[in-house]
Amino acid sequence: MPFDVYLNVAVGGILTGLVYGLMALGLSVIFGVVRVVNFAHGEMMSIAMFLAVVCFSTFHLDPLIMLVPIAAVLFAFGYVLQSSLINPFITRPEHSQFLLLVALAIIIVNVLLIVFGPDARSVQTAYALDSFQFGPLIVDATKLYAGIDAIVVAALLFAFFRFTSIGKAIRACADNYTGALVVGLNVNRLYALAFGIGAACVGAAGVMMTLIVDVTPLIGPTYTLLAFVIVITGGLGSMLGALVGGVLIGLTEALAGLLFTPSAKSMFAFGILVLVLLFRPQGLLGKRAA
Amino acid sequence: MMAAGTMGIVAHLTDGVSARTLAWLAALLALLLAAPWIVNDYLVTVLILILYLAYTGQAWNIMMGFAGQLSLGHAIYVGLAGYIAASLFIRFGIDPWLGFLAALPVAAACGAIIGFLAFRFGVTGVYFAILTIAFAEFARIGFGHLGIVNAAAGLFLPVAQYTHNDPWRLRGDPTMFYYVMLAATVIAFILCRLLIKSRIGYFWLAIREDEEAARAAGIDAFRYKMYAIVISAAVTSFAGVFYAFFYNNLFPEQVFGISGSIQMILGPIIGGVGTLFGPILGAFVLTGLAESLNAALAAFGFDLPGAEQVFYGVCLLIVVVALPEGIWPWLAPRLGISERSQ
Repeated sequence: MPFDVYLNVAVGGILTGLVYGLMALGLSVIFGVVRVVNFAHGEMMSIAMFLAVVCFSTFHLDPLIMLVPIAAVLFAFGYVLQSSLINPFITRPEHSQFLLLVALAIIIVNVLLIVFGPDARSVQTAYALDSFQFGPLIVDATKLYAGIDAIVVAALLFAFFRFTSIGKAIRACADNYTGALVVGLNVNRLYALAFGIGAACVGAAGVMMTLIVDVTPLIGPTYTLLAFVIVITGGLGSMLGALVGGVLIGLTEALAGLLFTPSAKSMFAFGILVLVLLFRPQGLLGKRAA
Repeated sequence: MMAAGTMGIVAHLTDGVSARTLAWLAALLALLLAAPWIVNDYLVTVLILILYLAYTGQAWNIMMGFAGQLSLGHAIYVGLAGYIAASLFIRFGIDPWLGFLAALPVAAACGAIIGFLAFRFGVTGVYFAILTIAFAEFARIGFGHLGIVNAAAGLFLPVAQYTHNDPWRLRGDPTMFYYVMLAATVIAFILCRLLIKSRIGYFWLAIREDEEAARAAGIDAFRYKMYAIVISAAVTSFAGVFYAFFYNNLFPEQVFGISGSIQMILGPIIGGVGTLFGPILGAFVLTGLAESLNAALAAFGFDLPGAEQVFYGVCLLIVVVALPEGIWPWLAPRLGISERSQ
């Protein structure tokens, strides 16, 4: 195969990987702050994907426009979920949290199944088949827009956590729960905000993802697993790590799909995860826990 | 001699168990033994599923309930054992029980590898749980591309006409499979009781409660965690052999998939993690719930794919919110059984 085929596939993989990274960023924020592993993460993303599909098919609203409103809806969903259902579970054992979120995931998948049926749906925008040419490189318009949007949203999130007082307060909760309580932060509200922000991230990623893949109610668990793989590869709690992990996994999947067979691509992602867990359990960019 | 030895084991098993508990257990066992004469064929297959989940739940409980290591990838041991026994039977005509003897060490070795890698490198908690998922998913996709076991198209066991029940070759009617699984569940229950009352069991509980403190007290945590994963994997492996010969087909998606692992551990979590009876109770409650939802929706002529699963999810949610410890620790005192954790 000529070199530019590899190059094209690699760039496509990196752009898809940026969207993966944004999805994983949501998981990382939730785990990093609330210390609950969101086993319904991919299912939450599929809610956003269906919202985007419905907005497009009924109102002809482009997913790129719907990005912000749908992320806001997911934010509200995450906020309410954390403050009502999940908050009592933050001190319970992991298997108890796991059961709660698995039950939630089962409900989401099957409600989507009842409402939308089992068929795959997609968004066919006017630019769905467009591409840009840069020398030997041909880039799909949809992947380019999705990748750029993912970077913008991630940059906004970094800025939020670094420069706003709420962002700093949330980081303080993550660093030291007791300390945050002592200085008078409203930890429960900040937890709900953090869960909402994580949900908004995965919502934005889901909207972008409809440009790239078809959506069915049953894709949720696949993306939940993928988000775990990425977050642990990059380093749980490291925001940059989630993005780097996303790009790495996106690239691996794309190249594995090209060199072997597309159906075996996630085997390589899991292989990377096993290697990372064994040799660098804190993740590529994670800090070693004390 | 035999009789005296048996009496000794029985005395050891029932040591410290109240007469009331023994009476409940005896009544339950009698009911289960009589069940195939009481209920219809369909309910026998439902009971087989219940016992299957009770059995795998007990196997998983050894790791999570006793030693405190959360495995979310137990399907890998079911899948490996099922594929080995089925392949040996299809290719060489080797009987399932001999196949089980081959599958058990492989499943145990797989557990040992996962445990060795994880516990050596200090992978614990959520990270360990996700590592176990990763291994199971790796196996799922790997077997989905392995031509020798027919890849994703699935492996089918020849279903010959049988004239009589043949427990040795695991060929017969559902009632025979029912008694095989009942025996396995009883053996697993006894094994768990023996383990938890032994030195290993006490060390596991110490590690579960506080690994640091257990190590400070001189317990070799690595070694005992290894025992937990190897024993748990070995016990689970029989479920794989049973699955292969009961359903007569194996698909990587079904036996290795994450949904298989989740189904296996919902019972013990609902019933009560770390309790001896929780996994059995959980299997009855969950399967009973799913079956009654099915029947209720069918009775009302309500045909909406997914509706039953939504109710199921809501019920799980209610149980985990209302009874965080599981049903058994709540129910046991109400039955007059005081052994809360055992």
